[in-house]
Amino acid sequence: MVAWTDAERDAVSTLWDQIDVGELGPQALSRLLIVYPWTQRHFGTFGDLSTNAAILGNPRVAQHGKTVMAGLGSAVMNMDDIKKTYAPLSMMHSEKLHVDPDNFRTLGECISICVAAKFGPSVFTPGFQEAWSKFLAVVASALARQYY
Amino acid sequence: MVVWTEFERSTIQDIFSKINYDVVGPAALSRCLIVYPWTQRYFGGFGNLYNAAAIMENPKVAAHGRVVLKGLELAQKNMDSIKATFADLSKLHSEKLLVDPDNFKLLTDCLAIVVAAELGEDFTAEVHAVFQKFLAVVVASLRKQYY
Repeated sequence: MVAWTDAERDAVSTLWDQIDVGELGPQALSRLLIVYPWTQRHFGTFGDLSTNAAILGNPRVAQHGKTVMAGLGSAVMNMDDIKKTYAPLSMMHSEKLHVDPDNFRTLGECISICVAAKFGPSVFTPGFQEAWSKFLAVVASALARQYY
Repeated sequence: MVVWTEFERSTIQDIFSKINYDVVGPAALSRCLIVYPWTQRYFGGFGNLYNAAAIMENPKVAAHGRVVLKGLELAQKNMDSIKATFADLSKLHSEKLLVDPDNFKLLTDCLAIVVAAELGEDFTAEVHAVFQKFLAVVVASLRKQYY
């Protein structure tokens, strides 16, 4: 089981309270599709992803970004049992969506970049970054769990 | 050989002209040591790395952070031959310092976060993509002499 210090719990919930999922979610997903273009393979039905502008303006990308980001909320609410909370999502990503689990880490990186750009270094301090990265690593690991 | 578009060249130049080397280098290295604590193993001679506050105030960490960023500036000034420019540095990191090359990615991830935090809105998705490409080339060049 993951051990969280009080400081880490505090950092994650403080950041989460300030995050607007409708704003950062679309940004993070668009960045994933732009910066790591092979990830577009998972979104064949999303319409026009042919240019950066197309991706940034694509309403389905925006909607899905918001969905994914909001999904982090259940991990924030259940920090002591993220593995179990995400078991059905993990099965879906492995058996139905066939997503390479490395992509969870990459999306986590994009989320962190958006958080850093939005809040700057005085809010997203090294201590907060440590807690947030650990949190995202646990989420990625929980999502990859049902693959085997 | 890596192909750079005009946009990519000017974006990298722009990033390096905007960032404060005295802030970004030390911040990136400190964050690496804090967020990925196993990386502290390479800095046994640096004194107190006991907690985040100690790391952030450690003058040897700050000095070395500046050295690392200066190294990246060298890549920025030689974008068409980063592999050749970093050949000696790569040998140093593999044969003398014995650094696991996976750590280069961790440090560049921290660097991307610090630059994103510095530039805020200006760190658009396009700028982010160019910076990641630059960092990927740097990391690949540092890994090159390991074999």
